[in-house]
Amino acid sequence: MAYEYTEYPYKPPQSHTKPKERHPVVIVGAGPVGLSMAIDLALHGIKSIVLDENNVVSVGSRAICWAKRTLEIFDRLGVGERLLAKGITWKIGRQFHREREIYSFNLLPEDGHKYPAFINIQQYYVEEYLIHRAMEFPALVDLRFKHRVIDHHQENNCVQLTVHTPDGEYALEADWYIACDGARSTTRERMGLTFEGQSFEEQFLIADIEMEEGPFDKRADPERWFWFDPPFHTGKSALLHMQPDNIYRIDLQLDVDADISIEAERDTIETRVRAIVENKPFRLDWASIYKFQCAKLDRFVHGRIIFAGDSAHVVSPFGARGGNGGIQDIDNLGWKLSAVIKGEAPAHLIESYNEERSYGSAENILNSSRATNFMTPKSPIEALFRTETLRLARNHLFAQKLINSGRLSVPCSLAGFDLQTPGISAHIPIGSSAIDAPLTKDGAESWMIEHVQDQFTLVGFGDIALPRINGIQRIGIDQATVDYPCYSARQSMATQRYGTKIAYLFRPDGHICATFTDPDSAKIEAALQRAKGLSR
Amino acid sequence: MTLFPDQLSPNQDEFYDALMDAHNGLSEKDSHALNARIILLMANVIGDFEKIKDILNTAQTHPND
Repeated sequence: MAYEYTEYPYKPPQSHTKPKERHPVVIVGAGPVGLSMAIDLALHGIKSIVLDENNVVSVGSRAICWAKRTLEIFDRLGVGERLLAKGITWKIGRQFHREREIYSFNLLPEDGHKYPAFINIQQYYVEEYLIHRAMEFPALVDLRFKHRVIDHHQENNCVQLTVHTPDGEYALEADWYIACDGARSTTRERMGLTFEGQSFEEQFLIADIEMEEGPFDKRADPERWFWFDPPFHTGKSALLHMQPDNIYRIDLQLDVDADISIEAERDTIETRVRAIVENKPFRLDWASIYKFQCAKLDRFVHGRIIFAGDSAHVVSPFGARGGNGGIQDIDNLGWKLSAVIKGEAPAHLIESYNEERSYGSAENILNSSRATNFMTPKSPIEALFRTETLRLARNHLFAQKLINSGRLSVPCSLAGFDLQTPGISAHIPIGSSAIDAPLTKDGAESWMIEHVQDQFTLVGFGDIALPRINGIQRIGIDQATVDYPCYSARQSMATQRYGTKIAYLFRPDGHICATFTDPDSAKIEAALQRAKGLSR
Repeated sequence: MTLFPDQLSPNQDEFYDALMDAHNGLSEKDSHALNARIILLMANVIGDFEKIKDILNTAQTHPND
């Protein structure tokens, strides 16, 4: 059934005669990225204002593939379990050439993780759940719908904003301005920042259809299906995903010179869908025709203005690196900005957000550009290589691995950046994000990712004692009774994944910033200082 | 046909990208010439004529539909 849009309440601005409002953080844009930012700050006790020109959630399903790491971040923010319950879980991707299946991949072949490789769920649900979660912090998150920022400038270590509402304009000041205003960011535009990269000529049709009996054949689990040159759409590519509410996402590559006015007609779209689903009944729920580019800002931080999500970087949709990349920005920024606002870390800690996420988004852009290039050959010779690769892939593993319909979103490693302390090579390398594992304590089952969240956490595995350090939470896995919480590794998975006689220091965003085989206080203290930007 | 082990992973995307880049902007004739040079150079690097014959045979016997 079609999603029912709710209009969120509009609050008129306070009287114009009052002194100008001053806020620690103003977030511009109430999409998944802006809302996540507000919740993350609230979890650290930091107040924020969220301004959005609209008052409904995303029109159309838009971002639908949410990756494991993002779900773990959503778990920390308090919406992970709800999304998992509603979403469509999948881990298998199948690739077809013409009518033949040539290669499939499993994105999470092992058990023992709270969250699956991916769930599919429409962006409007993600935003709805985030709005409801944000509303659980009435004293910390001030959601202002139909408040559109029309001007901003920086002066004296703060940002001055002019905001337009149905009741006229008002001004406010912010210590920090977080631009989460999307791919067509007006913040970016007003500042005249260069946003360049590779633009792709191909046009794509994206159509959501509701079907009782899906277009997949009768397989038990939902999967991602990708076709090169399918019989129902000759010479082009096609992608099929299942979403909640019996809605299926179809992505079709169109001709470079396809006539949008014809392609966007309901009849044309239904004819294209009919070619795939044949005589099964369906209802067209939403459709869009789009082109895309891969681009990023040179810098994500401009004084007191910080860009996150699509305003900072855009990618092609193949690889699910747009929405997922944006949530990972927030995961990286939330604890840092909170620490700076609380005076627990120097302002230049924010620069590490610029460095780490700029690197992460460049990796996402590289992967999604390569996938798009493979999917859309630009010359006869590129088409020839692609066809022969697909043909060899029927038999040859190396050619199967060359097929690129999107390298799906995985978190980037932060190894080598300033905040991480180089150290011994462990089972899981320094810079990686936490790997989940099932735990138990007094009969209560829990997960690794639930314990290494929101604060610096030192986790000791096996026979290793952890000293008390101010500002660090301690957790033991498979340890004898000590003066901090201890958990047992269910089926020994945690110790298999992390090793034993070793301690890992996790940042509040779950990335490993140091490891210790001999955890003495001085070393841990030094690693903590470094991770907070207080020393190198 | 011989099933050669995959030796391109995990850098397969980088390789493919570099190969496409090498052809970027070339006419069809120039691309053919480039391919010929690449094959000759690769044959020399492989060196082992038995292996080269095996590759030629595997490429030739592949279904051509």
